[in-house]
Amino acid sequence: MSENNEIEVMQSVYDKNDEIAAKINTSLTEKGIFAINVMGAPGAGKTSTLIKIIERLKDITPYVIEGDIEADIDTKTLQALGVKTIQINTNGACHLDSPLIGEAVETLNIENGVLFIENIGNLVCPAEFQIGEHVKMLISTVTEGSDKPYKYPLAFEKANSIIINKCDLLPYVDFDEEYFMKGVRALNKTAPVFKISSKTGEGVEEVVSWIKQNVK
Amino acid sequence: MHEYPITKRIIEISEKFAKENHAQEVKQINLVVGEYSGYVASSIELYFEIIAEDSICKNASLHIERVKPKLKCDSCGKLFERKPFSFECPYCRGEGRPTEIGQEFYIKSIEV
Repeated sequence: MSENNEIEVMQSVYDKNDEIAAKINTSLTEKGIFAINVMGAPGAGKTSTLIKIIERLKDITPYVIEGDIEADIDTKTLQALGVKTIQINTNGACHLDSPLIGEAVETLNIENGVLFIENIGNLVCPAEFQIGEHVKMLISTVTEGSDKPYKYPLAFEKANSIIINKCDLLPYVDFDEEYFMKGVRALNKTAPVFKISSKTGEGVEEVVSWIKQNVK
Repeated sequence: MHEYPITKRIIEISEKFAKENHAQEVKQINLVVGEYSGYVASSIELYFEIIAEDSICKNASLHIERVKPKLKCDSCGKLFERKPFSFECPYCRGEGRPTEIGQEFYIKSIEV
């Protein structure tokens, strides 16, 4: 028997992050902001998809928080299009967390609209952290292959909507949609799945309708 | 990569509970880490020694209970461990869906 005196803790180690995330979520809701945590691998077309969505939002004001390890290339692109965008560089960290978002939201000074938070290009860690968002939108692509739900299950499980991007390349790649969807549905019964091309804009209108339904 | 800040948080929480209970030293931290939580238990162990050095946890041993993720079968309701590239239930060949089992990440208790 141990001579140690055991003290029950039963406390989640995520607690601090989640506490801040909940506050951000409430504050955004009060400001009339609907926040979307945009997740996807590097090169999945997160920024180009956002541009196509923003072009079609029309009467809804878009805001973007751009998460990147180092660069501000995407922020400059969005700002050049007149979108109110703020850059967060994590300097090595693989995901955004709620303290980072809290600071950015204050700096942005936003109200009434949709806030897209483009997470770090990574299919693992971004799915694990609440950052004050209302929904998570996952962008997967036909070029990444149809095994992604099986290899990165948490991202697919946590997503509120799933986009299959680069569908214009379907004739050139071996993407088994049936296998992909089987994996998606095993993990997530309800998230709508949209097939789009962020290059041509095909299918993007349906994503916009989904966003508008959520904003109300 | 993200095990470093989270290990720091584990030590902070343990210190808080120890101080509230008027303990001078933490001897053991009992942590529960699901394999599906995204945290690598061995990385936490590695960082722990470095970060705990300046705290009342410096002599503490870290006991990690690792939890294997389980799916629940939609057809027969049984819990099972998933085979790679499959969600198939080994009992009835139905399809399993994710559960909270394997996503745990919490401090169960500390020993002082």
